[in-house]
Amino acid sequence: MFEAIAFYLFAALTIVMFTITVMTSQALYALTAMAAGMIFISAFFFILGADFLGAIQIIVYTGAVMAIYAFGMMFFDTTRNVVEKRSNPRFVVVLGALAAVLVVFIVLAPIVTTNLNANYPIDLAVGNSQAIGMVLFTKYLVPFELAAVMLLVAMIAGIVLAGKKMDKSLTLMTEEDIALMHDSFTHESTQEEAH
Amino acid sequence: MEVYLYIALFAPLVGSLFAGLFGAYPKMLFTGVIASGLLFASFVSSAILLNYVLTGHTVHVEMMTWIAAGDLYIPFGFVVDQVSVTMMMVVSVVSTVVHVYSIGYMAHDKGFNRFFSYLSAFVFSMMVLVMSDNFLGLFIGWEGVGLCSWLLIGFWYHKESATWAANEAFIMNRIADLAMLIGIFMMYWNLGSLQYDVVFANVATLPMHIITWIGIFLFIGAMGKSAQFPLHTWLADAMEGPTPVSALIHAATMVTAGVYLVVRANPIYSEIPDVGNAIASLGAFVAMFAATMALVNRDMKRIIAYSTLSQLGYMFVAAGLGAYWVALFHLMAHAFFKALLFLGAGNVMHAMHDELDPFKMGGLKKSMKGTWIFMTLASVALAGIYPLAGFFSKDLILEVAFVEQHYILYTVLLLTAGLTAFYSFRLVALIFHGNERHLEHGIHPHEAYSFMLYAMAPLAVLAVIAGMVFKTPYYLMVTNLLPAMTYHIHNHTTFWIMTIGTQLFVIAAITYAYKKYAKAVKVDKKVESGLLYQLLYNQYYIPKIYDEVFSKPYLKLSKLAWKEIDLKIVDATVDGIANVIYQTGEKTHTMQNGNLSSMLRWMVIGLVVLLVLAVAFTAGYNAVNLQAM
Amino acid sequence: MEITLTHYLVLSTVLFAIGLIGVMRRKNLLMLFFATEILLNAVNIGMAAISHYRGDYTGQMFAFFIIAIAASEVAVGLGLLIVWYKRTGKIDLDQMTSMRG
Repeated sequence: MFEAIAFYLFAALTIVMFTITVMTSQALYALTAMAAGMIFISAFFFILGADFLGAIQIIVYTGAVMAIYAFGMMFFDTTRNVVEKRSNPRFVVVLGALAAVLVVFIVLAPIVTTNLNANYPIDLAVGNSQAIGMVLFTKYLVPFELAAVMLLVAMIAGIVLAGKKMDKSLTLMTEEDIALMHDSFTHESTQEEAH
Repeated sequence: MEVYLYIALFAPLVGSLFAGLFGAYPKMLFTGVIASGLLFASFVSSAILLNYVLTGHTVHVEMMTWIAAGDLYIPFGFVVDQVSVTMMMVVSVVSTVVHVYSIGYMAHDKGFNRFFSYLSAFVFSMMVLVMSDNFLGLFIGWEGVGLCSWLLIGFWYHKESATWAANEAFIMNRIADLAMLIGIFMMYWNLGSLQYDVVFANVATLPMHIITWIGIFLFIGAMGKSAQFPLHTWLADAMEGPTPVSALIHAATMVTAGVYLVVRANPIYSEIPDVGNAIASLGAFVAMFAATMALVNRDMKRIIAYSTLSQLGYMFVAAGLGAYWVALFHLMAHAFFKALLFLGAGNVMHAMHDELDPFKMGGLKKSMKGTWIFMTLASVALAGIYPLAGFFSKDLILEVAFVEQHYILYTVLLLTAGLTAFYSFRLVALIFHGNERHLEHGIHPHEAYSFMLYAMAPLAVLAVIAGMVFKTPYYLMVTNLLPAMTYHIHNHTTFWIMTIGTQLFVIAAITYAYKKYAKAVKVDKKVESGLLYQLLYNQYYIPKIYDEVFSKPYLKLSKLAWKEIDLKIVDATVDGIANVIYQTGEKTHTMQNGNLSSMLRWMVIGLVVLLVLAVAFTAGYNAVNLQAM
Repeated sequence: MEITLTHYLVLSTVLFAIGLIGVMRRKNLLMLFFATEILLNAVNIGMAAISHYRGDYTGQMFAFFIIAIAASEVAVGLGLLIVWYKRTGKIDLDQMTSMRG
């Protein structure tokens, strides 16, 4: 009973929040609504007994991702709204719904029709975090390492992309401009050495 | 001996391929010389083989396996026996002469090399036809001859009439070839083999009606090649080709194939005398029919062509009555003088700048003495005057008809002999005697190259002596294979009356022809407007009837198919498909407008489509699999 | 009233649909990123629910990796967005037409 109330409550909240995110024209509203939606989603994880996932959801999304978005938005002129021309909203809604239903259907089909065996059955004796850790570092070690490398690469990419000199495109510049830029760059470095 | 067999067979092929190498180049004398030389080699080999066969041997080789599938076994086998060696001699002699002659005749033609390539291929096909030891090999040669005749009749392909005539010849032959193929299939179906020896040994065991049908179908094939009624129209139209080709077709390589087939298949026809009688009757009819058309025609080459048709009729009479050796003998004798006649006509044509109407010639004996002598000689031989070749072969056929008590055939043939003499000498008289009508047309004739005349000389000699000298040795040789029947009229009085009577009749016809045409040509308007004259002049209206009955409805049908089926269904479908694709491209190229937003939208649509397909296929797969379980 | 797997899957579907609608209708590049986050989260809910009702950790593992991917996507995507903004001063999807042929 309690579970049901919690589910419906959070379901309603999540849907509302995400709808605001998608529909509002204010970037700030959207950001806020989404951060809230993420937190509400973590509630489902807790209800489903995936405590670790819930914690991660709050930390990663609300803590890290939303923070990055917030910082990112500081670069942009958020007060100036992008004029969004809308065409055929009903078509968009129908198409989105259809795609979603199909995806779920496909994911669900094997579960409903055949008796899948659990590869890694949930053991209620150990806590969720401990069990996750055990599975993650035994069966999913290689994907885990790969994910770590991927995050590292993404971090470096983010730093480089947002860094200096990236406002100019080398591919779109003429040879002279590149030479000029290179000269000024070497000039600066020699000056630094002189200091 | 096998070596000589292969030389005789393949020398023309080598010549053809060699000349064919230079087919696209302008005239090169050596192609003609080499092709002729190779043909001469073929002739020499044939002569050696003839000598060998005369001693009572035959050569039979199996070159290689051609078709071996299941029970079907057909080798590339060749046989040189009494019949085929006769044909080989005829073919190689006439072809060699024609080749040498063509070097002069085609000297100024652009397609000189090409001509020799075709000509040698023609001879090769005929060699395959006569030397094969089975019916399928014969059929290959048969088709090769048809193809080469198409190439050569249409040699001057820029002339519309030539291409038309070539197509006509090819199509008519094709109709007959189908029947022949059916005959061959029936033979294989019932006997399980196509080898001559096997077929002929076992043919008597078949039920009567099957032998009859085989005989009929094979004869229809022979009718097409030998231009028997009603498939005869192509032969006269084939005169569109260069004259040496006509000589070759008429004397050696094509029309004789039909006679050869009947002679070769004599064990089959011996079983079915009724069909034989039908063949003989048709032959007599054609002999008469063609001779009457030749009476009034105004085209030199066509007259000779009709004469060939008529003589083929004689051969079929002999073959149909079971006198196979007589048919083959007449074939041989006829080949010599008919080739001579055609080559002489070629000389005249050259001298007359391709004028073919003998009424516009006349008095040529002054300027073209050699040709005059040769053509007169050939005509005498054709008319059957003692002691030239025609007398021995043609009168023999008359005797056959008489002895076999087919008096109607005999009468028809006798009348035809008179007609033959008349039209032959009408032609000679019109061309070589009388006043020089061609001067009005500003033509100054000249004799052909002397080497062309020398090339014709052997034929002239053969036309004179072939009957007298060759008859007995030929008879002794060929009756080893063919039924040996002698036709003697037992009553000596009857024999002498018949022979002398025929000679007198023929001489009278010749005299009448000379009298009527040798001096001044008077055109009798009354006769020419007469019904009979018009009927003959228009070839019994048969080409017209064919045109009305077959060609025009077919043209209509083709037009209907073109306009209704091709344009409205086939073309429309193709255009429709192209249009759909084009319109689709036109409509959908806005998809690629470079707008990321719309691209995303399309991406989602694509995703939906793929998902639907995935669901549908999985559902379908499961449904099938569950059913199977 | 029992909450079954179906409830969660329906919720997941609804959220996924919202995300897709956002992807399709948003012209602001930043908002597009938000929409993709919604898509990923919708799937995550489904994964966790299946994991729970099937008694299998695999679903949770997948959700875990999806979160990792989402994080790196944000880092790289936002970096690119900033570069783009620096160069053109715009983050409007309709004006990114350099891919037009």
